Amino acid sequence: MVLETDPRAEPETIGHRVKSALSVPAVAFFKLLDVPFRWLQRLLGIGSMPYLFLLPNLAFFGLFVIVPLFLSLGYSVTGGTNLYLGERPYVGGEQYGYLFQCENYTDPATCREDRFWKAIFNTGVFVFFQVGFMVLFSLVTALILNREIRGRGFFRAVFFFPVLLSPVVVALIWKWILLRDGVLNAFLVSMGLDRILFFVDPTWAMFWAIFVSVWAHMGFYTLILLAGLQAIPPDLYEAAEMDGTKKERVFWRITLPLLWPNMLVVIVLALIKSVQIFDEVFVLTGGGPGTATQFIVQYIYTTGFANQVQNFGLASAASVVLGVVLFVLTLVQLAVTRRKDEG
Amino acid sequence: MALAQTTASDRSVTAFLTRKREGGQWHWTDVFTYIYLFLGVLLMFGPVVWLVLSSFKTPAGLLEFPPTLLPLGQIEVQVEGYDDPLPLFNVTMEDGSVRELAQIRRIGIMSQMVDPADPGERISVPIAAREPIREMRVAVENYVDPLERFNFLRYLQNSVVVTLVSTLITLLINSMAAYGLAIYEFKGRNAIMLFVIGTLMIPVTIILVPAYLVVTQLGMVNTLWAVILPGAATPTGVFLLRQYMLTIPKDLIEAARMDKASEWAIYWRIVLPLSLPAIAVLAIFSVMWRWNDFLWPLVVLTRNEVYTLQIGLNAFQGELDVQWHYVLAMTVVTLIPVTLVFAFLQRFITTGIASSGMK
Repeated sequence: MVLETDPRAEPETIGHRVKSALSVPAVAFFKLLDVPFRWLQRLLGIGSMPYLFLLPNLAFFGLFVIVPLFLSLGYSVTGGTNLYLGERPYVGGEQYGYLFQCENYTDPATCREDRFWKAIFNTGVFVFFQVGFMVLFSLVTALILNREIRGRGFFRAVFFFPVLLSPVVVALIWKWILLRDGVLNAFLVSMGLDRILFFVDPTWAMFWAIFVSVWAHMGFYTLILLAGLQAIPPDLYEAAEMDGTKKERVFWRITLPLLWPNMLVVIVLALIKSVQIFDEVFVLTGGGPGTATQFIVQYIYTTGFANQVQNFGLASAASVVLGVVLFVLTLVQLAVTRRKDEG
Repeated sequence: MALAQTTASDRSVTAFLTRKREGGQWHWTDVFTYIYLFLGVLLMFGPVVWLVLSSFKTPAGLLEFPPTLLPLGQIEVQVEGYDDPLPLFNVTMEDGSVRELAQIRRIGIMSQMVDPADPGERISVPIAAREPIREMRVAVENYVDPLERFNFLRYLQNSVVVTLVSTLITLLINSMAAYGLAIYEFKGRNAIMLFVIGTLMIPVTIILVPAYLVVTQLGMVNTLWAVILPGAATPTGVFLLRQYMLTIPKDLIEAARMDKASEWAIYWRIVLPLSLPAIAVLAIFSVMWRWNDFLWPLVVLTRNEVYTLQIGLNAFQGELDVQWHYVLAMTVVTLIPVTLVFAFLQRFITTGIASSGMK
């Protein structure tokens, strides 16, 4: 965005020309806004300029995030099917009572809203295995990519690529592989085994939900751990080698302790994301078979929007419950990050 | 010549495979590393390759079990006296000879065939004796049809508009806010900064219903604005840009003020150009977020003509009779922009994630 032409500047390349062509409308836009902002600065004084700069962002954020955050509580204590909050009757804690009314909390079938409890149970199972495998495989991948291997950039790219794919694309890629006549069943048949109907068996459906989401997001966590591994000072390893320390011992005594702060960040981040699982699994299994892979966010979406009767109150109450869980996890995350930055 | 080349590459392959870490002994981890990397490439990249290969198959080719690796189609010939083109087979005759015949129809386990060279004579053979003759056939119509006959061109256009417009808005208002937070000392700055960090983690999942109410009140349901505006002010973006702008020397800004530059001019003539690396990272993130966005568009876009690619694709694959040849091709189309971004800007993305811990 240099405006004056400098005689010492490099000769223009095509890239430069494209860049300057792109910057023309941008410069025009900013120049146009120059007039009102200069006027405002004269009118309000320089002291109020930061507020002016913050205003658009805060306005958008307040309107679409902060206001809804408070409205959410309002919805959760009102009933009926009306979307307009003023026309909804106040019902107090009835929605929460409805969600939590169970004869036996360990058995979703005895609950009044059994779909909610099934969703909670499913999410619990999913989070436990998904976060576990996510951390395990990201760690192993990061350790391997941190070694002196040829073509490290290529391998890193391969493991990272799925992170960028959209959830719909990820789900469709795997759905196509796992279908009754898909390539995986073809492989099983060629090995002399029977076909498996992966989306009909609840256990297999859950397995693939976990597998696919680990596949899609592993690269992200690998990257964080890799950055942590590369920050470990190499002289520690050199010293260990001079002492003839065994590799296994080096891993347990040097690598893992020094990587631990990053591991904690990865675990908490993965937890926060995992609790909110929706997109990939929704497209992959649709929550089925039955409700075997239905998770909390899908419960909220179905209750509030996809069902014939849109029960906004119940959906909001479930949202608030999820919000509390996420809030606790975020506090943990802030504590973990602070400890990492200090330590 | 060819021989020399083979031995040369053989040597490098063996050298590659037997290379050891520090010239020391083989350790089990060395073997494990290469097995893991090999399986990793297969597992991470294989499914995508399989998707792309499958997307070029004809509907008949997709139904085949076991599936073929490459898109193959049966050769069809026009035979005199028959209106439709007939599929061509290699038929093993009773005397052991093999003839090239076209199939007229199949009746139970028998198949009525005709020799294209001699259309008068009909031959009946058991179906086990025939083998389809196939050639490589790329079904480009999988890509062309959905764009012409279904609404996919519209979806594509909607996705592009949403991605571009919302990224521009995000860049503008986030950089303004970051500038305000990074350059000035003012009352309430720490409170706002704390607020930004505190709201980093509010996901759309917990405000689905009330956010829908706000969008409805503004009359934006089933317009693209409903997708563009709510996500424009990202705390992540403000945080990322602000941290970068803090590194800009204050003297530069003081000097500009001495020269009577307005605050707006300082923002766009000095601070913005100096923050371009961080802005590039945010631009890439924003493009990926918006292109891949799913849950929120699913809620606010319920009419076919405003669908984005993701929503359209999901609706299309949820139909009772899934037309997989179209679904696969459109999945590839959806995947292309992200792959291009990845191919050219991978370094930006990975350093962006590694330095901010966000995506």
